Amino acid sequence: MIFNIPFIAVAALIIIGLYAVIFRKNLIKTVIGITIIESGVNLFLITLGYREGGVPPIYTNLPEDVSIPRGMVLPVPQALTLTSIVIGVAVLALMLSLVIHIYRVYGTLDVRRIRRLRE
Amino acid sequence: MSEMSKIVRTIAAIVFPFIMIYGLYVIAHGHLTPGGGFQGGAIVASACALLLVAYGSMWTMRRIGEKRLSVFESIGAFFFIALALLGLFFGAVFFNNFLAGSSFLFGDIPMVGSNTGDMNTGGVLPLMNFAVGIKVVAGLFVIILVMAYASNHMEKKRGEKQG
Amino acid sequence: MTSIEYIIDHSPALIIAIPLLGAFLTPLVSRLGSRIRNVFVIIVAMLTAFLVFLLASDVFSDGIRTYIFGSQDLTTPVVRILFEVDGISIFMAIISVLLSLLAAIYSWSFMKKYDGLDKYYTLLLLMTAGMLGMELTGDMFNFFVFLEITSISSCALIAFWTHKGEAVEAGFKYIVVSAVGALFVLFAVALLYGQYNALNIATLANTIQYSFLDKIAFVLLITALGMKAGLVPMHMWLPDSYSQAPSSVTLILVGATQASLYGVFRMCFTLYGGVFADGILSSMTVGWFIVVLALVTILIGVTMAIIQTDFKRLIAYAAVAELGYMFLGIGVGLTAMGTSYGKTALDGGVFHILNDALDVGLLFLVAGSIYYATKERDLDRMGGLARNMRYTSMFFIIGLLAVAGMPPMNGFASKLLIYESTYQLSPILSIIAILSSILLLAVFVKVFHSVFMGPELPRFRDVQEVPRSMLLAMGIIALIIIVIGLIPGIVVENIVQPAANSLVNHLDYISHVISIGGV
Repeated sequence: MIFNIPFIAVAALIIIGLYAVIFRKNLIKTVIGITIIESGVNLFLITLGYREGGVPPIYTNLPEDVSIPRGMVLPVPQALTLTSIVIGVAVLALMLSLVIHIYRVYGTLDVRRIRRLRE
Repeated sequence: MSEMSKIVRTIAAIVFPFIMIYGLYVIAHGHLTPGGGFQGGAIVASACALLLVAYGSMWTMRRIGEKRLSVFESIGAFFFIALALLGLFFGAVFFNNFLAGSSFLFGDIPMVGSNTGDMNTGGVLPLMNFAVGIKVVAGLFVIILVMAYASNHMEKKRGEKQG
Repeated sequence: MTSIEYIIDHSPALIIAIPLLGAFLTPLVSRLGSRIRNVFVIIVAMLTAFLVFLLASDVFSDGIRTYIFGSQDLTTPVVRILFEVDGISIFMAIISVLLSLLAAIYSWSFMKKYDGLDKYYTLLLLMTAGMLGMELTGDMFNFFVFLEITSISSCALIAFWTHKGEAVEAGFKYIVVSAVGALFVLFAVALLYGQYNALNIATLANTIQYSFLDKIAFVLLITALGMKAGLVPMHMWLPDSYSQAPSSVTLILVGATQASLYGVFRMCFTLYGGVFADGILSSMTVGWFIVVLALVTILIGVTMAIIQTDFKRLIAYAAVAELGYMFLGIGVGLTAMGTSYGKTALDGGVFHILNDALDVGLLFLVAGSIYYATKERDLDRMGGLARNMRYTSMFFIIGLLAVAGMPPMNGFASKLLIYESTYQLSPILSIIAILSSILLLAVFVKVFHSVFMGPELPRFRDVQEVPRSMLLAMGIIALIIIVIGLIPGIVVENIVQPAANSLVNHLDYISHVISIGGV
């Protein structure tokens, strides 16, 4: 059970994020929702790489009884998470600057009042 | 963002070099300890953001132009790709670590077992960390700066409208 | 080893590296002057196109080519980034690189009056690199990274005219859709990685079991990529972004949409190609599902196109309908996997990707030229433009005949393949597809009449023909359309069929990685 808690957290984060993206009317909250989904996915990736009792994946500094690669924490998911965080920063910055522009033109952040592109 | 009080400004000026050095340390030791170009770059950029908060966006914009930062960003990215291309010319493959194991820069073989870490290892990795660091510092800071400047501009406009 | 062989050996890496290098050099080069910058960008795009064509000639004659980054051999477990180029990858790469080269030429005059152009060209080259990366990579995570590069840069380009509220709104819609979609892809990649400890597409395809988690990953991948490709229930971002972006950007955006479509191809046929067994998610059910969605896509695209009054928005809905034809090709190909007409459908679908990029791209460029000359987008307020804009109206006729699938043009050849094969699956589907195509012709004839024909309006008396660089870009596309329309057999045999074959023979894709030392 205790090992499932991170996965439950992942599901909860993704669902909360999707709820915010779909149902919230404020653009900033949409942006927050996407960030929450992203944290959920990152948490999932990092949880996949965790091994109970594993050592850091540094080859020159292994204790005697550790087998390679079974006894190590996986380094690949950490690299993936890091990349995904970097991309997330770029997406977040882009979305926020678009929100600034939308606010400048329309004077509001409510999606119901800025929809000019219909049909 | 406008300028803050003198106490805040003085403390920011005192703390700034320490954060800066810590960030540069994280970049430079990227191949030995946790961290690297992006993490260290984010720390340095946060030091610059501290200045921005303390001194206001107008002051910072006057001192560090947005144009200059984007040139630095391009230079960082250019160095990264150029190092990868050098791998194609000196090694045989794109992204080849042609400096590792050579007697030139960063060419030592890492020691086995627990040690304090040898700076002179890693091949092109430290150089790539520097390139990424330059890019991240410039990129993140230009984002914060432009956003702060734009919102400041907007507030001022609104103030004029009401007044 | 001769120098040509050396270049071909390294071209998968260079195809990504050169646009990236060009993108980051553009802000520095643009300090020397705008003319030098434009020439520089076009040279970079041409160099990339040259490498793609070189690689294409090699792949079509000698088969799959791989490239391993950072080392000369693969070690187990496979954590190196691997590029694997087969027929369909290079086919898509040809389309993308052609579109971005033409967009760079078209932008010379079209974007001249706006500022911030160094960033525009940087993003243009970045987007090219992203699309090419998506198409050439053989690694799931790398695919995600290039997907994000493409969507970030294309979003910034859609919202390039930031003073217009609609453009920013369309850009925001696009980035929300693509950020959520890309996170779904990442989640699916994580699900696959957690089970099989691999990120390489070929390695994954070799060991995949089609367990319950794999099915979830499959649904996530197809939904996210279908959303980015504009399949119907998730098409709402497409008309907005296509119509609000500058026309030169819309041209590449067509390529970016098709790169996501390529993702659907790759996942359906290569990654899950060997394991579509019976059950809820067999190739039969997935195929029928895609066929039905494709037909709905066609119908909605055509019917929505009828009622539009905005020129670019109308073309954007026509582009939605055209996407439906491609999905129809894949759907029939999946449903009838293994039969001869399934293969024909796949040929038609793949061929239609190329034709759609050219036809819809040409129409968007014409719309952009008219906007450039008259500053007008509303169809009701235009008229009589054929008098002053002879060449543009000629290009529009070529484009409309090609989109509607009229015989002398390229659209006819690919649509015929799709109709034939769909007819063997179910005649009624084929009839609906043909009727929609005729409706599309009616829509565009109406547009042609209201824009180019009719009495000369006094407002447009001084309208002039667009500058030469824009005519050149449109002329190149029109020429390719006519050439493909005249010799469809040769094109299908030499380019399209190798691409479709590489989709069907997914075992080649896997065995090639195993032969160089992967698991």
